[in-house]
Amino acid sequence: MLAAVILSLILLVLDHRFHHLQQLRSALAFLTYPLLYLADLPFTTSRWFNETTSSRQTLLEQNRILRGENLRLRAELQKYESLQSENMRLRDLVDSSFKVGDRVLVAELSSVDLDPYKQQVIINKGSVSGAFEGQPVLDAHAVMGQVTSVTPFSSTVLLITDSSHALPVQVLRNGLRTIALGTGRIDQLKLPYLPTNSDIVEGDLLVTSGLGGKFPPGYPVAEVTRIDRSPDAPFSYVVAQPRAHLDRSREVLLVWTVPIQLPVMVPEAAAPAADAGQAGDPAAPGEEDAAAGPDR
Amino acid sequence: MSGGYGRLIIIATLGIAMLLTILPMPEWARAFRPQWVTLVLLYWAIALPHRVGVGSGFAVGILLDVLTGTLLGQHALGLSVVTFIAIQLHQRIRVFPFWQQSLGILVLLVVEHLLALWVTGATRGVAPGLIYWAVPPIGALLWPWIFVTLRKVRRHFKVS
Repeated sequence: MLAAVILSLILLVLDHRFHHLQQLRSALAFLTYPLLYLADLPFTTSRWFNETTSSRQTLLEQNRILRGENLRLRAELQKYESLQSENMRLRDLVDSSFKVGDRVLVAELSSVDLDPYKQQVIINKGSVSGAFEGQPVLDAHAVMGQVTSVTPFSSTVLLITDSSHALPVQVLRNGLRTIALGTGRIDQLKLPYLPTNSDIVEGDLLVTSGLGGKFPPGYPVAEVTRIDRSPDAPFSYVVAQPRAHLDRSREVLLVWTVPIQLPVMVPEAAAPAADAGQAGDPAAPGEEDAAAGPDR
Repeated sequence: MSGGYGRLIIIATLGIAMLLTILPMPEWARAFRPQWVTLVLLYWAIALPHRVGVGSGFAVGILLDVLTGTLLGQHALGLSVVTFIAIQLHQRIRVFPFWQQSLGILVLLVVEHLLALWVTGATRGVAPGLIYWAVPPIGALLWPWIFVTLRKVRRHFKVS
């Protein structure tokens, strides 16, 4: 028994301090995957059943709504595309590079409950679909979290509200950079590193700053809901509410940041480098940064 | 019945317990989920201490850690400790009436829960509220049913 206790303690330290055990975890997750699948099965089945037996009327209605929404989104996208190309042109003028495009894949949450005191979810796409550790996960509204362990057919996602998660963000209004920490509550993030005199007000939108190297820049994260400034404290107490529907979304998006060929003039010398970047593995997890990692 | 077959039954019951651990429940009920795996493991440790020992407790714990996404070793620590205690006391617990058994099991469940709390505390996880301590009593109340059910399973499949 002493051996078991010591071994557990060693494992705990290895897993907590150094992240050496991901491979072991992934290998063992292969064993537990059937259980996840079984637990999820009734819900997948009932969903399938609902879909196949829903009436023609409902489907037509749904189709109509989706068509309308698609049209509206397309119109917005047109605006966005022209803005993007304008942005690129302007950036090119000031010679600053901003050449990323994102590839996304829709994944579904598995209906399983994990440890109630950790903010994690399981999704139904794994390394077979190209998911990798540290990959950003979004929902339709904002950033949700990042992938922490991958098995061939499923992966675990650590939500941004987990108390071990830290995310580099900036205020959209003025570009003020800071770090958003999870609180362990599904509807709260905290921003503890803002000096009392910093320019932040309630209602400010926080977006990813891309500084950690894990999340692509510019995705919405949260909205500032409360600011307590006490004159005697060096830092203000700022609380934000995640924009993503962390406890409601069923579909999530896995994001790959890939270099794209831009319709702007590329200087001769820079062209080969851009090609090389494109040929390389877009999912290079080598460029990890402590700031964006699961700060455990 | 001999060797492998009995082991399969034990593994199957533990698998069902793990399934119950991750089966989705309404948000309000999640915090009250009983320690299914601990309960089933304790039954086997008390009934067949020569088959289910500290090593099994450890292995099951590691799998449970992987399954529920906790730190590797968190459940393994608690489960190997309570299996050890259960095996030390198995001859006494076996002859207790049900309510006394439940009390003994309650103590073991609390020990397991406390160890898990220490681990989360030491790794600066979220400190859970008082509701955390509602879980072991629920498990203790469930014990008689689990005991009877698993005894039936054990006798039916003649696992020894």
